[in-house]
Amino acid sequence: MNLLTEARTIVKQNIRDYGMYIALVVILLTFAVLSDGLFLSSRNVSNMLDSAGYIAVLAVGMTLVIVIRHIDLSVGFAAGFLGAIAALFLTNMGVSVWITIPVVLIFGIMIGLFNGFLVAKIGIPSFVATLAAMLIFRGALLEATGASGTIVINNDAFNAIGTGFIPSIAEVGGLHLLTLLVGLAGILFYIYSELTNRKDKQKYGFDVMSFPMFVAKLLFVSAIIGYVVWILAGYNGLSWTVVIVLLVVVVYHFLSSKTVLGRHIYAVGSNPEAAHLSGINVQKITLFVFGSMGFLAALSGILFTARLQSATTTAGTLFELDAIAAAYVGGVSSAGGVGKVTGAIVGAVVMAALSNGMNLLGVGASYQYMIRGGVLAAAVIFDVMTRRQRA
Amino acid sequence: MTEYILEMRNISKEFPGVKALTDVNFQVEKGEIHCLVGENGAGKSTLMKVLSGVYPYGTYTGDIVYNGNVQQFKEINDSVAIGIGIIYQELALFPDLTVYENIFAGNEVRKGPVIDWNKTIRQSSELLQKVKLRVTPETLIKDLGVGKQQLVEIAKALSKDVQLLILDEPTAALNEDDSENLLNLLKELKAQGISCIMISHKLKEVIEIADKATVLRDGKTICTLDAKKGEITETRIIKNMVGREIEDIYPKRSHPENDEVVLSLENWTAYDAQLGRNVVKNANISLKKGEIIGIAGLMGSGRTELALSIFGNPKKYKVSGEMKLFGESKTLKHTSEAIKERIAYVTEDRKGDGLFLLQDIKSNISAAHLKGIAPKGVLNLNEEVKVGARYKDSLYIKASSLEQVVGKLSGGNQQKVSLGKWLFTGPKILILDEPTRGIDVGAKFEIYTIMNQLISEGLSIIMISSELGEVLGMSDRVYVMAEGEIKGELTSEQATQEAIMELATQ
Repeated sequence: MNLLTEARTIVKQNIRDYGMYIALVVILLTFAVLSDGLFLSSRNVSNMLDSAGYIAVLAVGMTLVIVIRHIDLSVGFAAGFLGAIAALFLTNMGVSVWITIPVVLIFGIMIGLFNGFLVAKIGIPSFVATLAAMLIFRGALLEATGASGTIVINNDAFNAIGTGFIPSIAEVGGLHLLTLLVGLAGILFYIYSELTNRKDKQKYGFDVMSFPMFVAKLLFVSAIIGYVVWILAGYNGLSWTVVIVLLVVVVYHFLSSKTVLGRHIYAVGSNPEAAHLSGINVQKITLFVFGSMGFLAALSGILFTARLQSATTTAGTLFELDAIAAAYVGGVSSAGGVGKVTGAIVGAVVMAALSNGMNLLGVGASYQYMIRGGVLAAAVIFDVMTRRQRA
Repeated sequence: MTEYILEMRNISKEFPGVKALTDVNFQVEKGEIHCLVGENGAGKSTLMKVLSGVYPYGTYTGDIVYNGNVQQFKEINDSVAIGIGIIYQELALFPDLTVYENIFAGNEVRKGPVIDWNKTIRQSSELLQKVKLRVTPETLIKDLGVGKQQLVEIAKALSKDVQLLILDEPTAALNEDDSENLLNLLKELKAQGISCIMISHKLKEVIEIADKATVLRDGKTICTLDAKKGEITETRIIKNMVGREIEDIYPKRSHPENDEVVLSLENWTAYDAQLGRNVVKNANISLKKGEIIGIAGLMGSGRTELALSIFGNPKKYKVSGEMKLFGESKTLKHTSEAIKERIAYVTEDRKGDGLFLLQDIKSNISAAHLKGIAPKGVLNLNEEVKVGARYKDSLYIKASSLEQVVGKLSGGNQQKVSLGKWLFTGPKILILDEPTRGIDVGAKFEIYTIMNQLISEGLSIIMISSELGEVLGMSDRVYVMAEGEIKGELTSEQATQEAIMELATQ
């Protein structure tokens, strides 16, 4: 088999996954051309990724929630409210940032578990339970920010989460050194894990990609990582937001694809009755998924509040719908059991790229909404079509 | 010359891989009650679905002649329009709506563009009188018992000027009084000239009510018995129902020679709070090592419920009585505990609650025993492929690869994946619920061979089955269930098709 036909079969088999990446590349290139390269400038890419961060972490959690056939509408205002709590801790109460962040994250988990309790144990439809929670947190947010409307945070360590960058160590030819080193480490780790993976498979005597194809894949992915890192290094380097999002993705990707817990989540999503009869505790899984959603809502709240360097009364508005849209663009299915964490991230980046690119081109807000809606619909239509073809 | 309201001529109907009906001929005279009898899977329901237009013209071969004209139904409404009304075993009523809304649902009485509720209510009370149901039309369906709901269904059919009424096991869920009422009503309708086809498993009813009875077996008409000629007797019906030669597809094996009891139930009763009745009543059974016991009985006799109550009780029945596993008294509160005790349950409805249809073969096989591929909580995906391949080979699963989505496999291969999933949990007691339903003969034989192989490895099997041939061919002992009770235990020598049917239709 020659390289081209092999590549073609691989793409065909994974058309849904690759389709998303291809769409992302097309969107990026289109904007780059239309904006005379400004879109892919270091500064803009850095900005765009930072602005995607707080939706991206929500989209990761939302994907798992949708995988188990539920929905969480409360995450937007929960994030806003928890951000305000963080602000109150840091300003009025003078709590240290090292205590504030863990406490707010724990609050998030508790909120999520409570939603999960209503859904799993009491049996309230998640749409209604979390709609109620959304209203409550909206009120709670108003109450928390009530006195002044805005709580300004002057804590540099906290604000760095949303606006800061990792330290540089040194500049090399105008590039951010530590960022380059992190990127290099990332590429090495990627190559190492692909190699062990391949060796493992060979040890079991399974088919693997042909060696030239394997090398081509390594080079291709490494080049992409290298390119992104190189762009970022040209500005201020990796932001803390991007670092946090990457951590979330790595942890959740591992959890969802490589652990028993992850498998149980997908099993519950594909067929709850069969899951129950296979000895899986469906209630526990539901609690866990909502708990994790609450945790990520808290994280999102922290990222957003730190980015604005203040808590406002409107923080969190429509975050839940942006997260849901990102999850669907990323290939999650409302029928349950299908959807990847990596997809959610790509979905979030696609949506952020659209907003950012259109802003750059000066497209009016009215058209922006319509175009984003169109892209969401197109993604889901593509999803349904490819799935039908396979079924 | 006799006047037929309905003649079905040479009806054949095929499903992928299964021939459900073969050249069935069936005639109903005007104004008679005609019973349709046969084992589960004999083709009775399929035949009625052809008649009512559920399977439209073109998906079957043969002719439906109604009142002398050949009919070609494109949809259910076409059959309703000419006076055919069918009442399914699963009632199709809206529980939260009133009786009158239900009677005229889909057939609303209009005055211009709006519904004439007054007329609806008046006509409903007339219909209720006709079916002798003494409730007000405003009553909610959910406040009525099953027997009365059944009458509402009949009233609904009558509202559409039904000439030929079809009832699919109307008394299956009714108590004796309600059954008696219903049968009397049918006789009265007959006097008014309405013809009736009734599918029933209760032979006493058939004998009481039928003018004629047609026996179906394996999708073929066996005979039509006439009450006037005194042909409708229990022995005659049973003989025709089961008269098949048992094909020699049951591989031979010797009976176990030990007395080690691995599972026993004493006075085992399961109460279903939702249904408000005992689904299993005072069951006493035992299972020895290396033994296959068959649980025979008709659908709805409590066999699946018995299995579920053993297997960690996922439906949360209120269970009383004692279960002993390997000599020790146990209470299992979750399916995971049952799996830990080395019990496995291959469900009856493999698509509904057995498999993860969107997932591939290997992840289905590992689903109930992920520990087996993830000793420390982290999945070894290569190990999973290896395990999948092992079962694909040993269970003869035919698929292009282990990555194939299970939903796309044939019934027989799905069943084997389901079996593989449970064998991977390393069971000592295997409960198989309808292990060969809807799969072809070749795959059946393979599954029987696998069962014997497992027995020789020291497993014990409880096999729930509606197929008498399978029960007789595979079991060391047979328990027969009806209405939640164990009606009898038969050794393999005592067990005959007739003996089982007699206990099951009590």
